[in-house]
Amino acid sequence: MTFFKVRELSKKYGFNYAIKDISFELEQGEFFTLIGPSGAGKTTLLRLIDLLEPPTTGEIEYNGWSLNSLTKKQKVTARREMGFVFQNPICFNVTVKANVEYGLTLRGLSQDEIDEKVNRAINMVGLHGFEERKASTLSGGEIQRVALARTLATEPNLLLLDEATANLDPSNVALIENAIQKINRERGVTVIMATHNFFQAKRLGDSVGFMLDGEMIEIGTADQIFNNPSDNRTEAFISGEMIY
Amino acid sequence: MMVFFEALVEALYLIFSLDSEVWGIMLLSLRVSGTATFLAACCGIPLGMFLGLRVYVGKRIINNLVNTFMGLPPVVIGLFVFLAISRSGPMGFLGLLYTPTAMIIAQWILATPIVTGITMAAVRSVHGKYRDTAISLGASEWQLWVTILKEARISILAGICVAFGQAISEVGAIMIVGGNIRFSTRAMTTAIVLQTRMGLFGMAIALGLILIVLAFLVNLIFTMLQEGGEIVR
Ligand SMILES: Nc1ncnc2c1ncn2[C@@H]1O[C@H](COP(=O)(O)OP(=O)(O)OP(=O)(O)O)[C@@H](O)[C@H]1O
Ligand SMILES: [Mg+2]
Repeated sequence: MTFFKVRELSKKYGFNYAIKDISFELEQGEFFTLIGPSGAGKTTLLRLIDLLEPPTTGEIEYNGWSLNSLTKKQKVTARREMGFVFQNPICFNVTVKANVEYGLTLRGLSQDEIDEKVNRAINMVGLHGFEERKASTLSGGEIQRVALARTLATEPNLLLLDEATANLDPSNVALIENAIQKINRERGVTVIMATHNFFQAKRLGDSVGFMLDGEMIEIGTADQIFNNPSDNRTEAFISGEMIY
Repeated sequence: MMVFFEALVEALYLIFSLDSEVWGIMLLSLRVSGTATFLAACCGIPLGMFLGLRVYVGKRIINNLVNTFMGLPPVVIGLFVFLAISRSGPMGFLGLLYTPTAMIIAQWILATPIVTGITMAAVRSVHGKYRDTAISLGASEWQLWVTILKEARISILAGICVAFGQAISEVGAIMIVGGNIRFSTRAMTTAIVLQTRMGLFGMAIALGLILIVLAFLVNLIFTMLQEGGEIVR
């Protein structure tokens, strides 16, 4: 059975489509990377999937479960299956540790379980020793890693990443990429990752989707998209010739 | 100049000799304004959260209304409360006129819009900032409200301090509904008005100084809360 499915999903803001008629399917454990120029609709697509906004039309199906027209309570349950690291993450005005605990506290776990999961997540993103720091004193890259740890601590089955390494230096990019890859391979977490970094999209993605002006132009294996694209707009974009 | 110095000396003497009338007046002021502010917080925080987070239509009108109520002149509040509780008024049978309870009601009406308005603005801005983060991490609706309340707590506390400051320094409302009766409804501000008019500057200055110190303390407590809020998670 297909693990995750999006069918003819569209979102309109005023008269403009932010995304239009997007359809794709993912197997459990698949790593899907999304590329496309700024304004293509990557963030919008991820926001609709995480049920932060309702689609204008179209359907989302998670593990055989339609995510359309859910009750408030069901939406919370569905969101707790997923994790979303935003393009511009925001920390609560508390310590790093309290930030990472947040999602677990919401789920009502025992303090022992919380401590264990928080420790693991903080170590995964290389923030050991930052536990008691106030979030307001963190650098941009540190905030991004706290946000990632906060999401990973909740152990989502579908991980949505929006430019999750954009603010990081190369060694931290490698650390985070490894951490995400490990979760994907060892725990079978399905990942959808929007990125502006072609190398990252290629390195991590089992499959890659190219978006342009709200539409999904082409989906294929990483090899196919980067070495042998079938649409000339894809080719123009990855060769850097597309002017936008 | 001599008059002023004599009055100042007398004022300090009244304060440090713990003059029973001065301290009685101060305690009444604190009791009335403190109770009124407490009740205002009990109503204003939920009301402000509701208006800020739950009302989607007519935001503009609500803003205007709340702002108008925030700026109601105390004398006008005093007038309406007086009309409501005077013997021939709709609530006259309660016999509240010229009692501390009447003063509490008037100041509660003064303070509630202040707490409501500041809470409303604070929760709206916090909601805008944290809504997506909280719910994507799995917050249910009421967990989101708790999170918002926590993140907005410093601003809300500031609102409570402002409301208390307004209440304790207000004259018009309690003058009308309390009647400034000695040993019963005479508060600091109304006492200062009366004593100044009678030329009893010593006691007026003593009460004025106490009022200033109280204002300073409220500010100090607020600043400490603010810093504590930053340090404590
Ligand atoms: N709330 C909104 N109201 C109006 N238009 C919006 C809104 N959100 C997004 N859009 C528009 O939808 C389009 C897609 O935006 P989106 O943020 O999804 O792009 P993106 O692919 O994530 O871009 P980037 O790579 O810069 O992050 C843009 O043209 C944007 O201006
Ligand atoms: Mg984006």
